[in-house]
Amino acid sequence: MSDTKQTTLARMREGQSGIVVQIQGGRGLVNRLNGLGIVPGKKITKISSMVMRGPVTIEVDRARVAIGFGMASRVIVKTD
Amino acid sequence: MKILLMGNPNVGKSAFFSRLTGVRVVVSNYPGTTVSYTRGSMKLGDEIAEVIDAPGTYTLEPTSEAEEIAQKLLDSGDIVVNVVNATNLERNLYLTLQLLERGIPVVVALNMWDDTKHLGIDIDRDKLGALLGVPVIPTVAVTGEGIKELVENIPRATSPHTPARSRGERWAAVGGIIEKVQHIGHRHHRWFEHLADASVKPLTGGIMALVVLAGSFMLVRFIGESLISYVFNPLFNNLWSPVVLNLSNLMGGGGFFHDIVVGKLIGGEVDFVQSFGLLTSGLYVPFAMVLPYIVSFYLVLGILEDTGYLPRLAVLMDTIMHRLGLHGYAIIPTLLGLGCNVPAVLSTRILESKRERFIAATLISIAVPCAALQAMILGLVGAQGWQYVAMVYGTLFLVWIILGVILNYTVRGFSPELLIEIPPYRLPPWRTVLQKLWMRTYGFLVEAIPIILGAVVAINILYYFGVFNAIANFTAPVVTGLLGLPKEAITALAVGFLRKDVALGLLAPLGLSAGQLVVGSVVLAMSFPCIATFVVLLRELGILNMLKAAGIMIVAALIVGGILNLIL
Repeated sequence: MSDTKQTTLARMREGQSGIVVQIQGGRGLVNRLNGLGIVPGKKITKISSMVMRGPVTIEVDRARVAIGFGMASRVIVKTD
Repeated sequence: MKILLMGNPNVGKSAFFSRLTGVRVVVSNYPGTTVSYTRGSMKLGDEIAEVIDAPGTYTLEPTSEAEEIAQKLLDSGDIVVNVVNATNLERNLYLTLQLLERGIPVVVALNMWDDTKHLGIDIDRDKLGALLGVPVIPTVAVTGEGIKELVENIPRATSPHTPARSRGERWAAVGGIIEKVQHIGHRHHRWFEHLADASVKPLTGGIMALVVLAGSFMLVRFIGESLISYVFNPLFNNLWSPVVLNLSNLMGGGGFFHDIVVGKLIGGEVDFVQSFGLLTSGLYVPFAMVLPYIVSFYLVLGILEDTGYLPRLAVLMDTIMHRLGLHGYAIIPTLLGLGCNVPAVLSTRILESKRERFIAATLISIAVPCAALQAMILGLVGAQGWQYVAMVYGTLFLVWIILGVILNYTVRGFSPELLIEIPPYRLPPWRTVLQKLWMRTYGFLVEAIPIILGAVVAINILYYFGVFNAIANFTAPVVTGLLGLPKEAITALAVGFLRKDVALGLLAPLGLSAGQLVVGSVVLAMSFPCIATFVVLLRELGILNMLKAAGIMIVAALIVGGILNLIL
């Protein structure tokens, strides 16, 4: 119904931006991401990802944050 | 009165602490430099106030031990100086609001204020102060700007009695404040921001890591060797040697006291490595063999820490470190371990789970040789040829990997994934680099010299009374049978418990072959950590896990030593 689509942080392309929609994880994960400002509604940009399911680097609130691949797969993002 | 410095990781709390109290602490450019807390005091009017530098924390819902410490400190404080990174106000204000909800009086320091200008960030500090209901002062802790104003405002800290909010409400409140006080103008990417991103991409990042690590290693060796060849060796050989020889003649050239003070003369000459007296090896080992490498290692490490490169190395190493049951950030304690295992084991607190901390601490104490031991390896084994030094390092590296993989499979529990903030690159401030270098070098001197001198005296006395012979005969089956070393080498292994540098020095007079030196170095590096590391392991892991680590240590050292003995 809209021209935007949902994906995960892990699957985004380098340089792509989007809005965090949801974090599919337990309290622990939500807690840790919350501290770094990765919460639903936040705009993020993917900077890079390492090979072999390595960590994903994003920009959030003008800060760079590196997130393990498994965690990044559980962050649902609505891309621009 | 107790003043707590609190804020997100890597916002400059420790730089602040140094400014307020004059107490020197280690300041770096990566989250998690401070894993424990430091106390100091400052004059506030007529009163002396206690100042506490808390570890950085993102929220008051702790996710690591360092954050738990910060949380506990909060209950004991009277006033919080909330250090905020002005270039990243949104995220930092979350903690500020949480602190205000706690009802503790707060002053906000808008630190890194100088950076906001060239980043095109404009913050209305008066409006921010009015909205938060507490004093807000722009500061630059590294240069001291704004510190005076901040101190004047500490007595004005207030608690505006903010009601408790839910997480969503708090973020909404942060958003509301940001909208009113912060304006972001156009900003152009600076050249080093592109460099910053290149260092976390697989190809460019990998190349950069190789260049940085190889360059660092060469720089450490170059500075270390230069100090030895051009400063310390000339001093000892040309100036000190004649003095000691004269003293030796005065003392009659031998006897109990002569052997303690001067040691054994080799061919009528002083041999600083082999003589093993207080004034010969007792001074030469710490000052001319180890100190040069301590200085060069910590200078290079300090520069690396302050540029902000280490968290990027953590991202690159993450996939490999997962095979060892760790995540990428464990590379930081590991690198610190190449200097000294004590702060390295302490800094494993930046890791989240008990399992990771156990694996990291065990791997460090077994497979990561400290700078003092490395200096001796380079000095003694290096004299036999560089291929042997390569063998020692190669073996330890393999042990690190293999042992890590084994621990990953056998230690129960799970290791969380990497989640770190990557700070911007900065030019290392020379003041903090030199200050850190001095603190760490001074730390080595006051901790190592008394132990080294004491060990030299004790060893000479025990030799004199033949105590080591009795022990040597008892342990000969292991030392000679398994490791292929002369039975007297047990002295070195035993002394390794005190200090590894003296211990390796004890192998020098035994006339070992190059292969035996390799075995000896590896076994010394892997077997019992020095007593200082032992104490930290006990404190950080608890007695049960410390015993486990020690058990793994002995078994691994004997197996690897035995295998090397068979090969070499």
